[in-house]
Amino acid sequence: MATHAHTDAVHDDHDHKPHGWRRWVFSTNHKDIGTMYLVFACTMFFVGGTMALIIRAELFEPGLQFVDPQFFNSMTAMHALVMIFGAIMPAWVGLANWLIPMQIGAPDMALPRLNNLSFWILPFAFMLLLGTLFVPGGAPAGGWTMYPPLALQAGDSFPMMIFAIHLMGASSILGAINVVVTVMNMRAPGMNLLKMPLFVWTWLITAYLLVAVMPVLAGAVTMLLTDHYFGTSFFAASGGGDPVMFQHIFWFFGHPEVYIMILPAFGVVSEIIPTFSRKPLFGYESMVYATAAIGFLSFIVWAHHMFTVGMPLAGQLFFMLATMLISVPTGVKIFNWCATMTRGSLTFEPPMLFALAFLFLFTIGGFSGLMLAIVPADFQYQDSYFVVAHFHYVLVPGSLFAIVGAVYYWLPKWVGRMYDQKLAKVHFWLSAIFVNVLFFPQHFLGLAGMPRRIPDYATQFADWNMVSSIGAFGFGFSQLLLPYIIIKCVKSGAPAPARAWDSAHGLEWELPSPAPFHSWETPPSAAVIARGAEH
Amino acid sequence: MIRTIQRSGTAFAAVVLALLAAPAHAESGWHLLNMPVGVTELSKKIYGLHMMIFWWCVAIGIVVFGWMIWAIVAFRKSKGAVANTAMVHSTKAEIIWTLIPVAILVAMAVPSARVLIDIEDARNTELTIKVTAYQWKWQYQYLGTDVAYFSTLAHESNSARELQSGIDPATVPNYLLDVDNPLVVPAGVKVRLLVTAQDVIHSWWVPEFGMKKDAIPGLVNEMWFKVDADKTGRYRGQCAELCGRDHGFMPIVVDVMSREDFDAWLTARKAAVKQAAAAPSTSATIS
Repeated sequence: MATHAHTDAVHDDHDHKPHGWRRWVFSTNHKDIGTMYLVFACTMFFVGGTMALIIRAELFEPGLQFVDPQFFNSMTAMHALVMIFGAIMPAWVGLANWLIPMQIGAPDMALPRLNNLSFWILPFAFMLLLGTLFVPGGAPAGGWTMYPPLALQAGDSFPMMIFAIHLMGASSILGAINVVVTVMNMRAPGMNLLKMPLFVWTWLITAYLLVAVMPVLAGAVTMLLTDHYFGTSFFAASGGGDPVMFQHIFWFFGHPEVYIMILPAFGVVSEIIPTFSRKPLFGYESMVYATAAIGFLSFIVWAHHMFTVGMPLAGQLFFMLATMLISVPTGVKIFNWCATMTRGSLTFEPPMLFALAFLFLFTIGGFSGLMLAIVPADFQYQDSYFVVAHFHYVLVPGSLFAIVGAVYYWLPKWVGRMYDQKLAKVHFWLSAIFVNVLFFPQHFLGLAGMPRRIPDYATQFADWNMVSSIGAFGFGFSQLLLPYIIIKCVKSGAPAPARAWDSAHGLEWELPSPAPFHSWETPPSAAVIARGAEH
Repeated sequence: MIRTIQRSGTAFAAVVLALLAAPAHAESGWHLLNMPVGVTELSKKIYGLHMMIFWWCVAIGIVVFGWMIWAIVAFRKSKGAVANTAMVHSTKAEIIWTLIPVAILVAMAVPSARVLIDIEDARNTELTIKVTAYQWKWQYQYLGTDVAYFSTLAHESNSARELQSGIDPATVPNYLLDVDNPLVVPAGVKVRLLVTAQDVIHSWWVPEFGMKKDAIPGLVNEMWFKVDADKTGRYRGQCAELCGRDHGFMPIVVDVMSREDFDAWLTARKAAVKQAAAAPSTSATIS
């Protein structure tokens, strides 16, 4: 029966799917577009990773061995831009494309042509951004935060970076609109909002954050552009402007942006942990409300990124308290995941391993985040390696591990084959060990007084920097296992059943593996939805 | 033959000694794990807060990580654990793990707010110095006097930091943390800094003083410190806000002197300024 369904699906493919390059360039299919997003994100992950290794190679020892300080600054700025806008965000949009229609019982995304456009903007945006490496004056070197007046001291890279950011922003907004419209209109009858899987919920909230803040970033960089070329002085004190205003506008975008990168990770972990605990998610509704609370709070904490600019006491107190408040809904989530595992029946397949590492290491990032919220202590931490350690703990073992965990969780569904789980476990252990060797010592460096974004350092910082660099190379090279495992799986993995993990719940597992080209051509029945919605 | 072995043995020993000796020049950094307590009234309060939150995090970590590890160890399928699929919700538990964190946050917020209020209280300062940041140096002006000078990276560090300079940073005293003219302040006196910048944003940070403050063109920020009377000495820091190519090469050095030594220093500087001002006019009369 299963085989029969499988051949049917293949037959379907022949009927509807264009071939060759047209299949990809003109694609309006959520799965193909999702694949393109994920391949793009993986490519950019290795581009940004190479930049990180250039940084860590220079920081291996005191003294300047390899690069000029200006190029070093370009590497720190470009590493951040590529990883945030090129790797993490497109990876989440790719996962949303693949999973949301399957999880809500829809045949495809609501706006398929928009979907095509939102993907195909990205390669052009990154051609512009990476092209800055080859123009006079070099790539942007004023940090990914682009604070004026420093950001204005740039060569030809300046307008290219700004137009690249406009394009990425447009792509993200279109992607987000598509998610909102799909979730609001394409749910199968009977799939009401509080039956949706948490991945869909977290993405819905993420999509609203994206629509709200990407235009703010576009506004900020446009003002930079007119300050540079058209004689305005929004951010120039000499013309009556205010350089600090840029930071307020930027972080009004920047803080929700942080949650844009982490909320879908919460969703993924909320799917993986119940499956491998063989138990429904504990406190489903409180998870949804906690996500919404985090989304709301993300708009009123931005100034904690800039406590040292000199703010009134009342402002500092407000932003300190609001920031501390975020740990409450985040704590609810951590406790719910722990309670989900309690009295479960746990097994440790690769997706579960990545989810557990997320749980441990994201919590460490949460602790340092709480410490950073305390304004007086932040006067020491601000702009030191302690901050670098903090946000890498939430972004690498946080967002990135969740993305890798998601790929290992749904890959059998996508390609209909099981990957080499032993090798994936090797990938996990190498990643989990090296990520700590890489980032944990950076806490020490920051507390001891090493500022961030410096190409060379005083000799007392040499020892821990060397450890960190060793961790970086170990982590970077072990990531090559990921594409290897995926390619091997696509080419020669053993066939996977429809329910690839014995206790996986959700509508996607009710479809055959690989999932048919058009996910749910007829909506799932009430019984199927009821079975799928046991969170 | 034996001689060759001896010779290579000596050479080997020399290489080993050189390898051992090279890092021995530099101060080892393995023990640098925590924030310095610092030498000012505020830095100690800030350190105290930092340690208080740290221990709170350790305590919460013991509970949370303990729970995770217990769940992972006790409920393994391989040990025959059977899932209790009815355990999906508990309003009581959820209220408890919302309220307890709120209580902990209040316990953290109250002392933090107190220290913050102290930090913002810049009244009754005895000495004001204007700090102006440039790409890539600092200028210190003692307000009310004509004493003003620039402070830039010391020559030795500056030569060693060139790309592939061939100079081992370990042989340079206080590599990258040394300047030509340090800032000089008295111990036991509440000193106010007015911090601004001329070109891009910088940040003035001496970890032993517990604070940093951004230097922003067009704005004047205020910070203060009061070094303990018995903590005279030399303290080092760096620019903390990315300010362009040589951001890593504009250190800060503060010489903290006893009040008498400081007064003598300031008098000497004032005299030097007067002399320098007088010098050109004298030479003009002669010619």
